[in-house]
Amino acid sequence: MSHVKYIDKTRAYYLSQGYEKPYRWAHHDDVPFSPLRKPLTQSRLALVSTSEIAVRAWDDQRTPLEKGEIGNVYSFPSDTPASELYSHSRSFDKHATTLEDVNAFFPITRLHELQAEGRIASLAPSLHGVYNAYSQRKTIESDAPEVLRRLRDEEVDVAILTPV
Amino acid sequence: MSLVSRHLEENGIPTVVIGNARDIVEHCGVARLMFVDYPLGSPCGEPNNPDQQRAIVSGALNLLESATAPRSTVRAPFDWAEGETWKDKIFTKDQPWKDADEEKEWLAKKKLYRKLKKEGTV
Repeated sequence: MSHVKYIDKTRAYYLSQGYEKPYRWAHHDDVPFSPLRKPLTQSRLALVSTSEIAVRAWDDQRTPLEKGEIGNVYSFPSDTPASELYSHSRSFDKHATTLEDVNAFFPITRLHELQAEGRIASLAPSLHGVYNAYSQRKTIESDAPEVLRRLRDEEVDVAILTPV
Repeated sequence: MSLVSRHLEENGIPTVVIGNARDIVEHCGVARLMFVDYPLGSPCGEPNNPDQQRAIVSGALNLLESATAPRSTVRAPFDWAEGETWKDKIFTKDQPWKDADEEKEWLAKKKLYRKLKKEGTV
């Protein structure tokens, strides 16, 4: 079976809900591309995710919405054990799958294993989350540049990005 | 996520997105996509299947090395173990795109965004 056409289906959904205009998914004709500059075995890798990943040890356990987060970037140490992580996200197929195993959407343990095997030189000291912004402008003008700053601060060579 | 990927690529950092919603990511346009044809929420493999997760993450690293041009998509060679009926069930009355709580959350987010925008803080 071919892959799900989410854009077509959400368009139909928003119209059926009485919205005048369907949600406009981001679209660009030109796509930037950076070639790998050195072998992965010599590269430092960062993991960035919009999965609303959270750390159990945080003082503030409220959801992003409760905290008033519209977009925004946050980071935590990459040696945080996976058992200390969970996700606030509700935007997933709750009928078919679960978010109980963080490695199924935030593959931190898998990346530590691959680093131990020497597939990558290192994992950057920080992991990064980006809260969903509601606004593409906010993501483009503020959050994406902030992610770039944080990766450059830690001399990151390549990044894996996982949505939920 | 795709928008962040594009910004990193523009500034010299190679990226690979591991995602379930192929059409949304490709509509936006990214350098590299490891497409996993699974329900939303499991982009990196089945929950509690570390071997498969590792194969998918390894595949994403391979794609970082092998891609020579943007819009490079590779489909992970796995099918959802419980079959593909989940695809028929989403966007139906029993499984709407957003359930009542999610719809409420979305509208609250929209309201909060408009408020912050008015205050000039977003």
